[in-house]
Amino acid sequence: MKQVTASGQTVKDAVQSAIQQLNTTEDQVNIEIIDEGKKGMFGIFGAKRAIVKVSIKEDPIDQAVTYLKEIATAFSEDVAITVKREGKQIYFDLSGHKIAMIIGKRGQTLNAIQHLVQVMINRISSEHFRIVIDAEGYRNRRRITLEQLAHRLADKAIKINKDVALEPMPSSERKIIHSALQDNQQVETCSDGTEPNRHVVIRAL
Amino acid sequence: MEALITTIVQPFVDYPEDVEVAVKEEANKIVYHLTVNPEDVGKVIGKNGRIAKSIRTVVYAACTDTKRRVYLDIM
Repeated sequence: MKQVTASGQTVKDAVQSAIQQLNTTEDQVNIEIIDEGKKGMFGIFGAKRAIVKVSIKEDPIDQAVTYLKEIATAFSEDVAITVKREGKQIYFDLSGHKIAMIIGKRGQTLNAIQHLVQVMINRISSEHFRIVIDAEGYRNRRRITLEQLAHRLADKAIKINKDVALEPMPSSERKIIHSALQDNQQVETCSDGTEPNRHVVIRAL
Repeated sequence: MEALITTIVQPFVDYPEDVEVAVKEEANKIVYHLTVNPEDVGKVIGKNGRIAKSIRTVVYAACTDTKRRVYLDIM
C-alpha cells in the first residue's frame, strides 16, 4: 500500500502536502490524523505541527486477488482465478493443471491459503469479509464425501451402540457432518477437543 | 522460494521493508530463516500460531521438487 506521513501547520496543510507527495487527489485517499497540532500563542510559543498519515485507497478484493495469484504461481504457472462476491462472502475459484498440489492432502494446503487470504484481506479492509477458496469444485466434492462418511459412521454407531469419533477437521468440515446428521433421530453429534484437534463425535441414542 | 515467503508475510506486517529471509542449505535440509521487525512478530505468528502454521503448510507444499527437507524458522 502506498502511504506517506506528512506534517503541516494545520491538518489541512499536512493533508495537502501528503496528497502532493502521492501525486493524487483528496477523494482517492484515506486520511488518518495522528496529531491535530496546536496553534500556540501568536503562532510561535507552544505551537505543534499537525501530523497526518495518508494512504491511497485500493480495492481490498483486487489486492486479495493479486496476493492469491502470487501464492498460486509458486505452485504452477497457469493458475486462473475467478472471483464471486455475495455480500460479505467472497469466493475465489482456482483452476489450472497442477491444481492437486494447491489442494494438498485433505485440502490442508487450500485451507492454509484460505486462512492467509482471510487474515490479509481483513487487515487491509475496514469491512469484515469471509473468504472461501475453491479449486476446481474441490469443496463440493469434499462435501459429498463427508456426507457419505457421516451416514456410514452413523450406521456404525447405531450398530455397535458406541460413540464414534472422527478425525480432526476444520470447523467448516465439521459443520457439514453436523448438518448431514441433523435429521437423523437415532444419533446425535457433538464436537470434542480443542483446536486444532477438534473433532466430531457421533453418539447413538 | 524466498520470494514466496516474503510475499506471503509482507501484507501482515507494519514494516514490510524489515521482512528478511535467510537461507541455510545443508546436506539433507534447507532452512529458511524468516525475520521481521520485533513489533511484527506477533502478527506473523498469530493466535496459537495459526498464521505461522498456515505459512509453513503453504511453503512446505510449494517446494516438493527438491529431495531435501525444508524447514521454516520464524525469528
